Amino acid sequence: MSENGTFKPVIVGFLCNWCSYRAADLAGTSRMGYPATLRDIRIMCTGRLDPTFVLRALEKGADGVLIMGCHPGQCHYQEGNYKAIRRFALLKRTLRQFGIEEERVQLHWASAAEGVEFAKTVAKMTEEITALGPLEWSRNWPNEDPHIYAEEAAHE
Amino acid sequence: MSKPKLALYWASSCGGCEIAVLGLHEKILDVAEAFDIVFWPCVMDFKYEDVEAMEDGEIDVCLFNGAIRNDENAHLAHLLRRKSKVMVAFGSCAFGGSMPGLANFNDREQMFNYIYHDSPSTDNPDGIVPQQRTDMPEGELVLPNFWNTVKTLAQVVPVDYYLPGCPPEASSIETAVTAIVSGELPPPGSVIGPDITVCDECPREKHEKKISRFYRPQEIIPDPDTCLLEQGLFCAGIATRSGCGARCPQVGVGCRGCYGPNEGVYDHGAKIMTGIASVLDADTPEEVEAILDTLPDPAGYFYRFHMPDSLLRRTARTNGKKLLASEQVAASEL
Ligand code: FES
Repeated sequence: MSENGTFKPVIVGFLCNWCSYRAADLAGTSRMGYPATLRDIRIMCTGRLDPTFVLRALEKGADGVLIMGCHPGQCHYQEGNYKAIRRFALLKRTLRQFGIEEERVQLHWASAAEGVEFAKTVAKMTEEITALGPLEWSRNWPNEDPHIYAEEAAHE
Repeated sequence: MSKPKLALYWASSCGGCEIAVLGLHEKILDVAEAFDIVFWPCVMDFKYEDVEAMEDGEIDVCLFNGAIRNDENAHLAHLLRRKSKVMVAFGSCAFGGSMPGLANFNDREQMFNYIYHDSPSTDNPDGIVPQQRTDMPEGELVLPNFWNTVKTLAQVVPVDYYLPGCPPEASSIETAVTAIVSGELPPPGSVIGPDITVCDECPREKHEKKISRFYRPQEIIPDPDTCLLEQGLFCAGIATRSGCGARCPQVGVGCRGCYGPNEGVYDHGAKIMTGIASVLDADTPEEVEAILDTLPDPAGYFYRFHMPDSLLRRTARTNGKKLLASEQVAASEL
Protein backbone atom coordinates (compact mmCIF):
# COMPACT_ATOMS: atom_id res chain seq x y z
CA MET A 1 0.00 0.00 0.00
CA SER A 2 1.30 3.47 -0.71
CA GLU A 3 0.83 6.39 1.69
CA ASN A 4 -2.40 7.65 0.14
CA GLY A 5 -4.08 4.28 0.59
CA THR A 6 -4.12 3.18 -3.05
CA PHE A 7 -2.78 -0.28 -3.66
CA LYS A 8 0.66 -0.48 -5.19
CA PRO A 9 1.71 -4.08 -5.71
CA VAL A 10 5.03 -5.53 -4.67
CA ILE A 11 6.43 -7.70 -7.45
CA VAL A 12 9.54 -9.75 -6.86
CA GLY A 13 11.55 -10.15 -10.05
CA PHE A 14 14.03 -12.92 -10.76
CA LEU A 15 16.10 -11.72 -13.70
CA CYS A 16 18.83 -13.69 -15.42
CA ASN A 17 22.22 -12.05 -15.34
CA TRP A 18 22.94 -12.18 -19.06
CA CYS A 19 19.80 -10.88 -20.70
CA SER A 20 16.95 -9.59 -18.62
CA TYR A 21 19.01 -8.00 -15.88
CA ARG A 22 20.82 -6.11 -18.62
CA ALA A 23 17.51 -5.21 -20.21
CA ALA A 24 16.56 -3.71 -16.84
CA ASP A 25 19.85 -1.80 -16.78
CA LEU A 26 19.22 -0.55 -20.28
CA ALA A 27 15.74 0.61 -19.32
CA GLY A 28 17.33 2.49 -16.44
CA THR A 29 20.22 4.07 -18.32
CA SER A 30 17.88 5.07 -21.13
CA ARG A 31 15.62 6.69 -18.52
CA MET A 32 12.54 4.77 -19.52
CA GLY A 33 9.65 5.19 -17.15
CA TYR A 34 7.95 2.20 -15.60
CA PRO A 35 6.16 1.61 -12.28
CA ALA A 36 8.39 1.25 -9.23
CA THR A 37 6.78 -2.04 -8.24
CA LEU A 38 9.56 -4.46 -9.09
CA ARG A 39 12.11 -5.66 -6.52
CA ASP A 40 14.58 -7.35 -8.79
CA ILE A 41 16.88 -10.15 -7.77
CA ARG A 42 19.64 -11.18 -10.12
CA ILE A 43 20.07 -14.88 -10.76
CA MET A 44 22.69 -16.25 -13.10
CA CYS A 45 20.14 -17.97 -15.31
CA THR A 46 16.43 -18.78 -15.20
CA GLY A 47 17.63 -22.39 -14.95
CA ARG A 48 18.69 -21.47 -11.42
CA LEU A 49 15.15 -20.60 -10.48
CA ASP A 50 13.97 -23.06 -7.87
CA PRO A 51 10.16 -22.94 -7.46
CA THR A 52 10.95 -22.50 -3.77
CA PHE A 53 12.02 -18.91 -4.54
CA VAL A 54 8.61 -18.09 -5.97
CA LEU A 55 6.69 -19.74 -3.15
CA ARG A 56 8.82 -18.01 -0.56
CA ALA A 57 8.26 -14.62 -2.16
CA LEU A 58 4.49 -15.13 -2.14
CA GLU A 59 4.53 -16.47 1.41
CA LYS A 60 6.57 -13.47 2.57
CA GLY A 61 4.08 -10.98 1.21
CA ALA A 62 4.79 -10.41 -2.49
CA ASP A 63 1.71 -9.75 -4.63
CA GLY A 64 3.35 -11.21 -7.71
CA VAL A 65 6.54 -12.75 -9.08
CA LEU A 66 8.08 -11.96 -12.46
CA ILE A 67 10.66 -14.34 -13.88
CA MET A 68 12.63 -13.09 -16.89
CA GLY A 69 15.38 -14.64 -18.91
CA CYS A 70 17.00 -14.92 -22.31
CA HIS A 71 14.83 -15.92 -25.25
CA PRO A 72 14.63 -19.67 -25.88
CA GLY A 73 17.72 -20.69 -27.81
CA GLN A 74 19.72 -17.77 -26.40
CA CYS A 75 20.38 -18.92 -22.85
CA HIS A 76 24.04 -18.40 -21.97
CA TYR A 77 24.08 -21.85 -20.44
CA GLN A 78 22.30 -23.23 -23.50
CA GLU A 79 19.49 -25.08 -21.78
CA GLY A 80 18.68 -23.12 -18.63
CA ASN A 81 15.59 -21.41 -19.92
CA TYR A 82 14.18 -24.68 -21.26
CA LYS A 83 14.46 -26.02 -17.74
CA ALA A 84 12.65 -22.89 -16.59
CA ILE A 85 9.85 -23.49 -19.09
CA ARG A 86 9.28 -26.99 -17.70
CA ARG A 87 9.40 -25.94 -14.06
CA PHE A 88 7.24 -22.93 -14.66
CA ALA A 89 4.51 -25.02 -16.32
CA LEU A 90 4.41 -27.37 -13.36
CA LEU A 91 4.54 -24.50 -10.87
CA LYS A 92 1.68 -22.75 -12.65
CA ARG A 93 -0.54 -25.81 -12.43
CA THR A 94 0.31 -26.16 -8.76
CA LEU A 95 -0.41 -22.53 -7.99
CA ARG A 96 -3.75 -22.83 -9.75
CA GLN A 97 -4.64 -25.59 -7.30
CA PHE A 98 -3.64 -23.30 -4.46
CA GLY A 99 -6.11 -20.71 -5.74
CA ILE A 100 -3.48 -18.21 -6.85
CA GLU A 101 -4.44 -16.26 -9.97
CA GLU A 102 -2.39 -16.94 -13.07
CA GLU A 103 -1.36 -13.29 -13.55
CA ARG A 104 0.50 -13.25 -10.27
CA VAL A 105 3.39 -15.41 -11.44
CA GLN A 106 4.65 -14.78 -14.96
CA LEU A 107 7.55 -15.88 -17.13
CA HIS A 108 8.83 -13.58 -19.88
CA TRP A 109 11.86 -13.20 -22.08
CA ALA A 110 13.89 -10.06 -22.77
CA SER A 111 17.29 -9.87 -24.42
CA ALA A 112 19.92 -7.40 -23.24
CA ALA A 113 18.79 -5.04 -26.00
CA GLU A 114 15.13 -5.12 -25.03
CA GLY A 115 14.90 -2.40 -22.40
CA VAL A 116 11.61 -1.28 -23.88
CA GLU A 117 10.19 -4.81 -23.68
CA PHE A 118 11.30 -5.06 -20.09
CA ALA A 119 9.66 -1.77 -19.09
CA LYS A 120 6.46 -2.71 -20.91
CA THR A 121 6.31 -6.10 -19.22
CA VAL A 122 6.65 -4.57 -15.76
CA ALA A 123 4.03 -1.94 -16.55
CA LYS A 124 1.56 -4.50 -17.87
CA MET A 125 2.05 -6.89 -15.00
CA THR A 126 1.69 -4.06 -12.48
CA GLU A 127 -1.63 -3.17 -14.07
CA GLU A 128 -2.85 -6.76 -13.93
CA ILE A 129 -1.92 -7.24 -10.31
CA THR A 130 -3.31 -3.87 -9.28
CA ALA A 131 -6.62 -5.03 -10.74
CA LEU A 132 -6.44 -8.26 -8.71
CA GLY A 133 -5.62 -6.50 -5.45
CA PRO A 134 -3.24 -7.57 -2.69
CA LEU A 135 -2.42 -11.25 -2.18
CA GLU A 136 -1.58 -11.10 1.56
CA TRP A 137 -1.08 -14.82 1.65
CA SER A 138 -0.54 -15.23 5.39
CA ARG A 139 -4.11 -14.04 5.97
CA ASN A 140 -5.21 -17.45 4.77
CA TRP A 141 -4.20 -19.05 8.03
CA PRO A 142 -5.28 -16.94 10.99
CA ASN A 143 -4.33 -18.38 14.31
CA GLU A 144 -6.91 -20.83 15.55
CA ASP A 145 -5.04 -22.11 18.58
CA PRO A 146 -6.91 -21.02 21.73
CA HIS A 147 -3.77 -21.50 23.84
CA ILE A 148 -1.90 -18.96 21.82
CA TYR A 149 -4.83 -16.56 22.12
CA ALA A 150 -4.68 -17.04 25.88
CA GLU A 151 -0.93 -16.40 25.91
CA GLU A 152 -1.28 -13.32 23.73
CA ALA A 153 -4.10 -12.00 25.90
CA ALA A 154 -1.96 -12.54 29.00
CA HIS A 155 0.79 -10.43 27.43
CA GLU A 156 -1.48 -7.53 26.67
CA MET B 1 18.09 -45.53 39.30
CA SER B 2 14.50 -45.07 38.21
CA LYS B 3 13.66 -45.64 34.56
CA PRO B 4 13.13 -42.67 32.24
CA LYS B 5 9.47 -41.84 31.71
CA LEU B 6 7.93 -42.26 28.26
CA ALA B 7 4.65 -40.89 26.92
CA LEU B 8 3.02 -41.70 23.58
CA TYR B 9 0.11 -39.78 22.19
CA TRP B 10 -1.99 -39.66 19.02
CA ALA B 11 -3.58 -36.48 17.82
CA SER B 12 -5.08 -36.31 14.34
CA SER B 13 -3.78 -39.58 12.94
CA CYS B 14 -4.90 -42.94 11.62
CA GLY B 15 -3.40 -45.13 14.32
CA GLY B 16 -0.75 -46.50 12.00
CA CYS B 17 2.03 -44.96 14.08
CA GLU B 18 0.78 -46.81 17.14
CA ILE B 19 0.84 -50.03 15.12
CA ALA B 20 4.35 -49.17 13.99
CA VAL B 21 5.48 -49.02 17.62
CA LEU B 22 3.92 -52.42 18.20
CA GLY B 23 5.62 -53.50 14.96
CA LEU B 24 8.88 -53.47 16.88
CA HIS B 25 7.70 -56.99 17.88
CA GLU B 26 9.75 -58.40 20.71
CA LYS B 27 11.85 -55.22 20.80
CA ILE B 28 8.82 -53.56 22.34
CA LEU B 29 9.81 -55.45 25.49
CA ASP B 30 13.14 -53.62 25.44
CA VAL B 31 11.20 -50.37 25.32
CA ALA B 32 9.07 -51.45 28.26
CA GLU B 33 12.28 -52.55 29.97
CA ALA B 34 14.10 -49.28 29.37
CA PHE B 35 11.20 -46.90 30.00
CA ASP B 36 8.45 -46.38 32.47
CA ILE B 37 5.41 -45.80 30.19
CA VAL B 38 3.35 -43.11 31.89
CA PHE B 39 0.86 -42.23 29.15
CA TRP B 40 -0.27 -44.18 26.08
CA PRO B 41 -4.02 -43.83 25.56
CA CYS B 42 -4.15 -46.14 22.56
CA VAL B 43 -2.84 -49.09 24.51
CA MET B 44 -3.30 -48.48 28.21
CA ASP B 45 -5.89 -46.79 30.37
CA PHE B 46 -4.72 -43.28 31.19
CA LYS B 47 -6.71 -40.09 31.60
CA TYR B 48 -5.74 -36.57 30.65
CA GLU B 49 -5.94 -35.69 34.36
CA ASP B 50 -3.10 -38.13 35.01
CA VAL B 51 -0.89 -36.00 32.78
CA GLU B 52 -2.17 -32.75 34.26
CA ALA B 53 -1.24 -34.00 37.71
CA MET B 54 2.41 -34.52 36.69
CA GLU B 55 5.18 -32.05 37.43
CA ASP B 56 6.36 -29.91 34.52
CA GLY B 57 9.20 -31.73 32.76
CA GLU B 58 8.44 -34.97 34.56
CA ILE B 59 8.15 -37.00 31.36
CA ASP B 60 11.57 -37.65 29.82
CA VAL B 61 10.46 -38.38 26.27
CA CYS B 62 7.14 -37.86 24.51
CA LEU B 63 6.55 -39.54 21.16
CA PHE B 64 3.74 -37.48 19.66
CA ASN B 65 2.06 -38.66 16.47
CA GLY B 66 -0.70 -36.99 14.51
CA ALA B 67 -1.35 -33.56 13.09
CA ILE B 68 -3.09 -30.72 14.95
CA ARG B 69 -6.52 -29.93 13.58
CA ASN B 70 -8.70 -29.14 16.58
CA ASP B 71 -8.61 -27.66 20.07
CA GLU B 72 -8.19 -31.03 21.74
CA ASN B 73 -5.11 -31.91 19.66
CA ALA B 74 -3.64 -28.52 20.50
CA HIS B 75 -4.49 -28.82 24.19
CA LEU B 76 -2.64 -32.13 24.46
CA ALA B 77 0.29 -30.80 22.44
CA HIS B 78 0.70 -27.88 24.84
CA LEU B 79 0.15 -30.04 27.90
CA LEU B 80 2.60 -32.76 26.86
CA ARG B 81 5.15 -30.18 25.79
CA ARG B 82 5.05 -28.67 29.25
CA LYS B 83 5.34 -32.01 30.97
CA SER B 84 8.08 -33.44 28.70
CA LYS B 85 11.81 -32.82 28.53
CA VAL B 86 12.12 -34.14 24.98
CA MET B 87 9.31 -33.81 22.46
CA VAL B 88 9.53 -36.00 19.37
CA ALA B 89 7.27 -35.38 16.36
CA PHE B 90 6.66 -39.03 15.55
CA GLY B 91 5.58 -39.91 12.02
CA SER B 92 4.64 -37.84 9.01
CA CYS B 93 1.45 -36.29 10.43
CA ALA B 94 3.18 -34.69 13.39
CA PHE B 95 6.16 -33.79 11.18
CA GLY B 96 4.55 -32.42 8.03
CA GLY B 97 0.77 -32.78 8.35
CA SER B 98 0.55 -35.81 6.05
CA MET B 99 -2.90 -37.17 5.14
CA PRO B 100 -4.90 -35.03 7.60
CA GLY B 101 -2.97 -32.08 6.23
CA LEU B 102 -4.46 -32.60 2.78
CA ALA B 103 -7.56 -31.00 4.30
CA ASN B 104 -5.69 -27.74 3.73
CA PHE B 105 -6.71 -28.03 0.08
CA ASN B 106 -10.22 -27.18 1.30
CA ASP B 107 -11.99 -25.00 3.81
CA ARG B 108 -13.68 -26.52 6.79
CA GLU B 109 -17.07 -25.49 5.45
CA GLN B 110 -16.39 -27.18 2.12
CA MET B 111 -15.36 -30.37 3.89
CA PHE B 112 -18.33 -30.43 6.23
CA ASN B 113 -20.72 -29.82 3.37
CA TYR B 114 -19.26 -32.69 1.43
CA ILE B 115 -19.03 -35.11 4.32
CA TYR B 116 -22.42 -34.42 5.92
CA HIS B 117 -24.46 -33.51 2.85
CA ASP B 118 -23.05 -34.07 -0.61
CA SER B 119 -20.92 -37.20 -0.71
CA PRO B 120 -22.61 -40.03 -2.68
CA SER B 121 -22.62 -42.32 0.35
CA THR B 122 -24.16 -39.78 2.73
CA ASP B 123 -27.73 -40.43 3.82
CA ASN B 124 -28.69 -37.48 5.95
CA PRO B 125 -32.27 -36.41 5.08
CA ASP B 126 -32.60 -34.23 8.17
CA GLY B 127 -29.34 -32.44 7.44
CA ILE B 128 -27.87 -33.22 10.84
CA VAL B 129 -24.37 -31.85 11.36
CA PRO B 130 -22.23 -31.99 14.48
CA GLN B 131 -22.68 -28.98 16.72
CA GLN B 132 -19.84 -27.71 18.78
CA ARG B 133 -22.16 -27.08 21.73
CA THR B 134 -25.34 -29.00 22.54
CA ASP B 135 -27.62 -28.41 25.50
CA MET B 136 -28.78 -31.59 27.18
CA PRO B 137 -30.83 -32.00 30.36
CA GLU B 138 -27.64 -33.12 32.08
CA GLY B 139 -25.75 -30.04 30.97
CA GLU B 140 -23.90 -28.66 27.97
CA LEU B 141 -21.93 -31.02 25.76
CA VAL B 142 -18.92 -29.49 24.03
CA LEU B 143 -16.93 -30.87 21.10
CA PRO B 144 -13.44 -29.55 20.40
CA ASN B 145 -13.43 -26.77 17.82
CA PHE B 146 -12.41 -28.11 14.39
CA TRP B 147 -9.84 -25.84 12.75
CA ASN B 148 -9.99 -24.50 9.27
CA THR B 149 -6.28 -25.14 8.77
CA VAL B 150 -4.41 -28.26 9.84
CA LYS B 151 -1.08 -27.59 11.53
CA THR B 152 2.02 -29.61 12.24
CA LEU B 153 3.15 -30.23 15.80
CA ALA B 154 6.05 -27.80 15.42
CA GLN B 155 3.65 -25.06 14.30
CA VAL B 156 1.96 -25.34 17.69
CA VAL B 157 4.71 -26.17 20.20
CA PRO B 158 8.52 -26.37 20.06
CA VAL B 159 9.70 -29.81 18.88
CA ASP B 160 13.10 -31.34 19.72
CA TYR B 161 13.31 -34.19 17.20
CA TYR B 162 11.50 -35.42 14.13
CA LEU B 163 10.99 -39.02 13.16
CA PRO B 164 9.50 -39.16 9.66
CA GLY B 165 7.57 -41.94 8.00
CA CYS B 166 4.01 -42.96 7.35
CA PRO B 167 4.46 -44.81 9.56
CA PRO B 168 8.12 -44.74 10.60
CA GLU B 169 9.83 -48.03 9.78
CA ALA B 170 10.67 -50.25 12.73
CA SER B 171 14.36 -49.70 11.97
CA SER B 172 13.89 -45.91 12.18
CA ILE B 173 12.07 -46.24 15.49
CA GLU B 174 14.83 -48.48 16.79
CA THR B 175 17.47 -45.94 15.78
CA ALA B 176 15.56 -43.23 17.60
CA VAL B 177 14.88 -45.27 20.72
CA THR B 178 18.49 -46.41 20.88
CA ALA B 179 19.70 -42.82 20.49
CA ILE B 180 17.39 -41.66 23.26
CA VAL B 181 18.32 -44.50 25.62
CA SER B 182 22.04 -44.02 25.06
CA GLY B 183 21.74 -40.24 25.22
CA GLU B 184 23.62 -39.99 21.92
CA LEU B 185 21.19 -37.63 20.31
CA PRO B 186 21.80 -35.36 17.34
CA PRO B 187 21.49 -31.59 17.89
CA PRO B 188 17.94 -30.52 18.84
CA GLY B 189 15.73 -29.74 15.88
CA SER B 190 17.19 -32.61 13.82
CA VAL B 191 15.42 -35.29 11.92
CA ILE B 192 16.57 -38.63 13.32
CA GLY B 193 17.77 -40.73 10.38
CA PRO B 194 20.12 -40.58 7.43
CA ASP B 195 20.11 -37.59 5.07
CA ILE B 196 19.97 -39.49 1.80
CA THR B 197 17.23 -39.79 -0.81
CA VAL B 198 15.07 -42.76 -1.65
CA CYS B 199 16.89 -43.01 -5.02
CA ASP B 200 20.12 -43.65 -3.08
CA GLU B 201 18.60 -46.77 -1.56
CA CYS B 202 16.56 -47.87 -4.56
CA PRO B 203 18.15 -50.80 -6.41
CA ARG B 204 16.40 -50.08 -9.73
CA GLU B 205 18.68 -49.21 -12.64
CA LYS B 206 18.83 -45.55 -13.48
CA HIS B 207 19.58 -44.07 -16.89
CA GLU B 208 19.06 -40.66 -18.36
CA LYS B 209 15.45 -39.77 -17.65
CA LYS B 210 13.30 -38.40 -20.46
CA ILE B 211 9.62 -39.10 -20.41
CA SER B 212 6.96 -38.16 -22.91
CA ARG B 213 3.95 -38.94 -20.72
CA PHE B 214 2.95 -40.10 -17.25
CA TYR B 215 1.15 -43.33 -16.54
CA ARG B 216 -1.11 -44.03 -13.63
CA PRO B 217 -0.19 -47.20 -11.74
CA GLN B 218 -3.12 -49.15 -13.12
CA GLU B 219 -2.18 -48.35 -16.72
CA ILE B 220 1.08 -50.26 -17.08
CA ILE B 221 2.98 -53.14 -15.58
CA PRO B 222 6.40 -51.63 -14.97
CA ASP B 223 9.64 -53.32 -15.85
CA PRO B 224 10.94 -54.79 -12.59
CA ASP B 225 14.52 -53.52 -12.90
CA THR B 226 14.28 -50.01 -14.35
CA CYS B 227 13.67 -46.75 -12.53
CA LEU B 228 9.91 -46.19 -12.25
CA LEU B 229 10.10 -42.52 -13.10
CA GLU B 230 11.87 -43.36 -16.36
CA GLN B 231 8.86 -45.53 -17.16
CA GLY B 232 6.50 -42.62 -16.62
CA LEU B 233 5.31 -43.57 -13.15
CA PHE B 234 5.27 -40.73 -10.66
CA CYS B 235 7.93 -41.26 -8.01
CA ALA B 236 8.92 -38.73 -5.35
CA GLY B 237 12.08 -40.64 -4.45
CA ILE B 238 14.26 -38.08 -6.21
CA ALA B 239 13.49 -35.48 -3.55
CA THR B 240 12.48 -37.53 -0.53
CA ARG B 241 14.55 -38.52 2.47
CA SER B 242 15.22 -42.21 2.78
CA GLY B 243 15.50 -44.41 5.82
CA CYS B 244 12.70 -46.62 4.63
CA GLY B 245 14.98 -48.80 2.51
CA ALA B 246 13.12 -47.72 -0.66
CA ARG B 247 10.45 -50.29 0.05
CA CYS B 248 7.73 -48.90 -2.21
CA PRO B 249 9.74 -48.64 -5.45
CA GLN B 250 11.08 -52.13 -4.82
CA VAL B 251 7.57 -53.52 -5.15
CA GLY B 252 6.74 -51.41 -8.18
CA VAL B 253 5.05 -48.46 -6.47
CA GLY B 254 6.51 -44.99 -6.91
CA CYS B 255 7.70 -43.29 -3.72
CA ARG B 256 4.88 -41.25 -2.19
CA GLY B 257 7.26 -38.99 -0.28
CA CYS B 258 6.35 -40.01 3.26
CA TYR B 259 9.80 -39.49 4.81
CA GLY B 260 9.59 -35.87 3.74
CA PRO B 261 12.25 -33.43 2.59
CA ASN B 262 16.00 -33.70 3.03
CA GLU B 263 18.03 -31.38 5.24
CA GLY B 264 17.83 -27.70 4.39
CA VAL B 265 14.74 -27.93 2.15
CA TYR B 266 12.08 -25.28 2.74
CA ASP B 267 9.35 -26.85 0.69
CA HIS B 268 9.15 -30.55 -0.09
CA GLY B 269 6.67 -30.03 -2.93
CA ALA B 270 8.88 -27.50 -4.69
CA LYS B 271 11.77 -29.95 -4.71
CA ILE B 272 9.68 -32.81 -6.09
CA MET B 273 8.31 -30.37 -8.67
CA THR B 274 11.81 -29.43 -9.80
CA GLY B 275 12.84 -33.06 -10.05
CA ILE B 276 9.77 -34.06 -12.01
CA ALA B 277 10.05 -31.05 -14.35
CA SER B 278 13.60 -32.02 -15.24
CA VAL B 279 12.59 -35.37 -16.71
CA LEU B 280 9.99 -34.03 -19.13
CA ASP B 281 11.04 -34.55 -22.73
CA ALA B 282 9.77 -31.23 -24.03
CA ASP B 283 11.11 -27.83 -24.97
CA THR B 284 8.10 -25.71 -25.82
CA PRO B 285 5.32 -24.73 -23.43
CA GLU B 286 2.83 -26.63 -25.63
CA GLU B 287 4.82 -29.87 -25.46
CA VAL B 288 5.24 -29.48 -21.72
CA GLU B 289 1.52 -28.90 -21.21
CA ALA B 290 0.67 -31.98 -23.28
CA ILE B 291 2.81 -34.15 -20.99
CA LEU B 292 1.42 -32.55 -17.87
CA ASP B 293 -2.12 -33.31 -19.02
CA THR B 294 -1.28 -36.92 -18.16
CA LEU B 295 -0.46 -36.00 -14.56
CA PRO B 296 -3.71 -35.19 -12.78
CA ASP B 297 -3.61 -33.32 -9.45
CA PRO B 298 0.08 -32.32 -9.42
CA ALA B 299 -0.22 -30.38 -6.16
CA GLY B 300 -1.69 -33.46 -4.52
CA TYR B 301 1.34 -35.48 -5.61
CA PHE B 302 3.86 -32.84 -4.52
CA TYR B 303 2.32 -31.97 -1.17
CA ARG B 304 0.93 -35.34 -0.18
CA PHE B 305 2.84 -35.45 3.11
CA HIS B 306 3.93 -31.87 3.71
CA MET B 307 1.08 -29.55 2.85
CA PRO B 308 0.70 -27.78 6.25
CA ASP B 309 4.48 -27.71 6.50
CA SER B 310 4.89 -26.17 3.02
CA LEU B 311 5.65 -22.51 2.46
CA LEU B 312 2.08 -21.73 1.45
CA ARG B 313 0.56 -24.06 4.08
CA ARG B 314 -2.90 -24.20 2.54
CA THR B 315 -4.92 -23.08 -0.46
CA ALA B 316 -6.54 -19.66 -0.66
CA ARG B 317 -9.77 -19.24 1.22
CA THR B 318 -12.79 -19.90 -0.97
CA ASN B 319 -13.82 -17.65 -3.84
CA GLY B 320 -10.79 -15.47 -3.44
CA LYS B 321 -12.83 -13.47 -0.94
CA LYS B 322 -10.48 -12.53 1.82
CA LEU B 323 -11.87 -12.09 5.26
CA LEU B 324 -10.02 -10.22 7.94
CA ALA B 325 -8.40 -12.48 10.49
CA SER B 326 -10.97 -11.59 13.13
CA GLU B 327 -13.87 -12.25 10.76
CA GLN B 328 -12.37 -15.58 9.81
CA VAL B 329 -12.26 -16.75 13.37
CA ALA B 330 -15.86 -15.67 13.88
CA ALA B 331 -16.90 -17.40 10.66
CA SER B 332 -15.20 -20.56 11.77
CA GLU B 333 -17.33 -20.83 14.91
CA LEU B 334 -19.90 -23.48 14.11
S1 FES C 1 21.40 -17.18 -19.00
FE1 FES C 1 19.58 -16.05 -19.32
S2 FES C 1 18.14 -17.63 -19.18
FE2 FES C 1 19.95 -18.77 -18.98
